[in-house]
Amino acid sequence: MNFFQDIATWFNDPSHWRGDAGIPNRLLEHIQYSICAIVAAILVAMPIAVWLGHRRQFGTIAVNVSNLGRAIPSFAILVLGTQAFGLLELPVIGSFTTFVALVALAVPPLMTNSYVAVAEVPDELRDAARGVGMSERGILRRVELPVAVPLLMAGVRTASVQVVSTATIAAFVGAGGLGRYIIDGRAIFDNTEIFAGALLVAVLSLATEISLGFAQRALTPRGLRAELVTARAAAVVATPIPDGKVGL
Amino acid sequence: MVFASNVDRWLWWDWIGRNTDLIWSSLREHVILAAGAVGLGLLISIPVGIAAARWRWLYAPVLAVTGVLYTIPALAAFALLLPLTGLSRTTALIPLTTYTLLILVRNVVEGLDGVPGDIKDAADGMGYSRTRRLLRIELPLAVPAIMAGVRIATVTVIGLAAVAGLLAIPSLGNLIYIGQNRPIRTAITVGIVLSVALAVTADLILSLIQRLLTPWARVRAER
Repeated sequence: MNFFQDIATWFNDPSHWRGDAGIPNRLLEHIQYSICAIVAAILVAMPIAVWLGHRRQFGTIAVNVSNLGRAIPSFAILVLGTQAFGLLELPVIGSFTTFVALVALAVPPLMTNSYVAVAEVPDELRDAARGVGMSERGILRRVELPVAVPLLMAGVRTASVQVVSTATIAAFVGAGGLGRYIIDGRAIFDNTEIFAGALLVAVLSLATEISLGFAQRALTPRGLRAELVTARAAAVVATPIPDGKVGL
Repeated sequence: MVFASNVDRWLWWDWIGRNTDLIWSSLREHVILAAGAVGLGLLISIPVGIAAARWRWLYAPVLAVTGVLYTIPALAAFALLLPLTGLSRTTALIPLTTYTLLILVRNVVEGLDGVPGDIKDAADGMGYSRTRRLLRIELPLAVPAIMAGVRIATVTVIGLAAVAGLLAIPSLGNLIYIGQNRPIRTAITVGIVLSVALAVTADLILSLIQRLLTPWARVRAER
């Protein structure tokens, strides 16, 4: 039997669709970890970053936070968390270590992108809003936030995809989720299970990316949709482009 | 229980002393993976970025494809390649390279876009051909943006290469893996400290290279 038939057989096996170790339960665990973490990270990071962006204060810190976050491997945060908290299970959020690690991972990109999204709203727009007598809160709510949506949502998209990716690794420190198939398959050298798990994880990540892409599009004011093409890449890089001016 | 306490210590010098070979080879593999991925990524991204900057319609599909590649989780990508390439360096190198593409292509294009139009006009006026203008004027002026991308890609890849350790592909992640599984806390410390130190050092070296590649930026700063 060739390898792809093995994979098909694995997916057709009813025992892989039942119980705690079945695909539906693993998928739910994966989604549970991811949603709890991303919602918590948004609540922590976004209000502060948006307000700082409005004030245009502490920009260097907001931008450098994500570079610092990048240098620490997410895998390392998970292992350190397990050493510190053990395998603590809590209601709603599931594995506490996984939750903390995923929140720590999602905060930097959300912070940087939310700050940059609001801070880079063109001055003319703010000045015009002030000129017609809008309050500071009105400017933030009705001018800056709508204009910032493409990049704000690109930050949410980037952070979410990263969280779904890393929730896979959480299986290594004893949590559930779809990563279990890769880690458990690896432990018994079962290449079929590893490959099937990897397929499930890849499909979930792509589904996250695509559905948030639609959400981003739906929330973006029609006139700004051209910016969506580059917003995702901009959120991944999360650093303003340095100018190459010659100093003429 | 002297033995158990040693296992629990975050810094157990004896273990480090006895395992210098393992630590060195993990560090070396990690550097090879990161440097290889960014090097290959540049080889692909510079021509693709130049093409996307010149033929605009290419840019959106290129970003869409590299965006999808960026989305596939590292652990899944390594696992998907196992049946093809086994537990080899190649298995780690292919996904790590694809992760750099979104960052690098985007910065190459934005860098080329940022070259002021009057400078391009001046080059045209001096009789530069399209290719010569690209090589002598536009690419050098795009260096700060490209190098910013290289720095971010490098730090990202150094972080992700650790994940390869989970599948027993040699890298600093392998030390973290050993530390968690045996368990020996010191191995975790060594893996993490070296990984972060490597990221910081690589970023510093790249910022020095960037200074050397753009002497005009220094001249302007001194003025």
